[in-house]
Amino acid sequence: MQKIYLVPVNFSNVTLLNRIVHALKEQFPNRIHLSDIDLDITKAFSAERNQYFSTKLIADAIPMTDGLDGKVILLVEFDLYVPVFTFVFGEAQLNGKLSIVSVCRLHEEFYNGSTDDELLFDRALKEILHELGHNYGLHHCRDWECVMHSSSIIEQVDIKGSFYCPKCIQGVPGLANILMHRTK
Amino acid sequence: MNTKANILIVDDELIVRESLLHWFLEDNYNVDTAEDGEIALKKFEKGKYDLILLDMKMPGISGLDLLTKLKEFDQNVIIILITAFASVPSAIRALKDGAYDYITKPIDPDELSHVVENALEQQSLKKENEQLKGSIEEIIKPDNLIGESPQMKKIFSLIQTVAPTDTTAMIRGESGTGKELVAKAIHINSKRKYFPIITVNCGALAESLLESELFGHEKGAFTGAHYKRKGKFEMANGGTIFLDEIGSISPKMQVELLRVIESKTFSRIGGNEIITSDFRVIAATNENLEDSVREGKFREDLYYRLNVFTLFIPPLRERLDDIPVLASHFLSKFTNQMNKKIKSISPEAMEFLMQYTWPGNVRELENAIERAIVVCKAECVTVEDLPFHINNNSSFFGSDDMSLAAMEKRHIALVLSNHNWNISRSAEALGIDRVTLYNKISRYGLQRKS
Repeated sequence: MQKIYLVPVNFSNVTLLNRIVHALKEQFPNRIHLSDIDLDITKAFSAERNQYFSTKLIADAIPMTDGLDGKVILLVEFDLYVPVFTFVFGEAQLNGKLSIVSVCRLHEEFYNGSTDDELLFDRALKEILHELGHNYGLHHCRDWECVMHSSSIIEQVDIKGSFYCPKCIQGVPGLANILMHRTK
Repeated sequence: MNTKANILIVDDELIVRESLLHWFLEDNYNVDTAEDGEIALKKFEKGKYDLILLDMKMPGISGLDLLTKLKEFDQNVIIILITAFASVPSAIRALKDGAYDYITKPIDPDELSHVVENALEQQSLKKENEQLKGSIEEIIKPDNLIGESPQMKKIFSLIQTVAPTDTTAMIRGESGTGKELVAKAIHINSKRKYFPIITVNCGALAESLLESELFGHEKGAFTGAHYKRKGKFEMANGGTIFLDEIGSISPKMQVELLRVIESKTFSRIGGNEIITSDFRVIAATNENLEDSVREGKFREDLYYRLNVFTLFIPPLRERLDDIPVLASHFLSKFTNQMNKKIKSISPEAMEFLMQYTWPGNVRELENAIERAIVVCKAECVTVEDLPFHINNNSSFFGSDDMSLAAMEKRHIALVLSNHNWNISRSAEALGIDRVTLYNKISRYGLQRKS
């Protein structure tokens, strides 16, 4: 089964990272791997916006991940943007190899100053599964119970489900069987 | 978001085009891009786009010029402008030129989702609305106006001819032939269809009441006028007024009517205010108006004013082809209404329906079928379910035999039927003894129907 590489970039929250890896390993047994690349993020930085250009980061990461045979998720803590938008939670190559997820706007502190690690973990996992779904070719789903539902604001991240709906799960290799085994 | 709407992104900046392309692809839209106005126009002429995201500032054709051209090409296309904050006043002006909305760069993703989803939903509702309007326009006949006979086909054709005009129509025909339905058909096929059709049964009201009914009255205009009341002419404003049984109105009302029809102005009874109302007149009668004019009972000028376009509805006995169609229609109507499981009319019962002369026309047929559905206990309407005057005497109604013997035969059959073939009671009712009745039954070959 195809591997899934989680690649933290300048990522300092080790506790969160470990929880994410552990949770993903439960969803994708024997497929989750941590990896490291030497990505120069400064080229993607916009001083004017104080944000990082996600498309550029993905483009720069492509040659560095040649050796990784599977899907690659870059995990960052800084804020991401694409020029036309004010911000993005993440970006993925639709039906491609790479995606990037930022936890910057997943922190509750970003909105009301209070810390909520559990909420941060839930949100991060949702956004990782969401971008991974795009890597597997999934489009946005209308089902609010599905993690592939579009989320442009944090409330939508919180409202949507934590996993793929029965229809979308068919597009993620290996998961349908896992679910069947779990149900048994 | 699984909508397969077609979106065209027009922006000279590659990064903007690609970001938006990517954004919309994730939402499963069909997306295309164009880097300038020329290419956008070429793509637009070839393809069908539901929504265009258009950058206002582009080299060559500006966003605003392109907006005008695209709208000339397709009035329904949704155009959302992308503008820098500084160009907001221009974007607002562009809304007057037909843009749906504008969003400022950098775009809030949530705002973009909302604007695009709302625009597409609105367009979808608009299309649905147009389709519904179209389906309404396809309905040219009220429910009960049914017929496949050449005579009725001609009536339908005449309805379609006269309906779109504002011409006064006169509908002639025996009672029960469906004059009001024809009037409704004319109305719903006219440009006035979104306004009411007001029916006035001129024959049912005394002169003073009819005057108040037609023109309305002010409070205190007469004893009992406790409130101001609009008249039918006022209520028909924008629509149609259907004057049924026009031949029965009094000479005084004829004068009033002629004046109102010609001037479209009137005053309520007891009032001075001149009220103007825009209505179309459709009149109907089962009387011979020409005779009434000759006899001086009906004003000639009003006759000519009303008799501009005349439709004669033939009696049911002259269009036998319509009886099975109408009977089936009424069967379906009443079984649904009464929640009964009756599926058909037996061939014998249909034969009786075809032989009967239907002096009350379609209305009588409708009543006969309703009555049959009420009494029918099986899945098929039989002869016994039909009203007695139809199932027992049908052979006479179609006949021209008006001899005394034929009349006697019919009458005896009727009395026997009324008394469920109880000979003693029937004889008593007929005022003859039982032996005489037996003799007459035998002579006329009368038989009780099983």
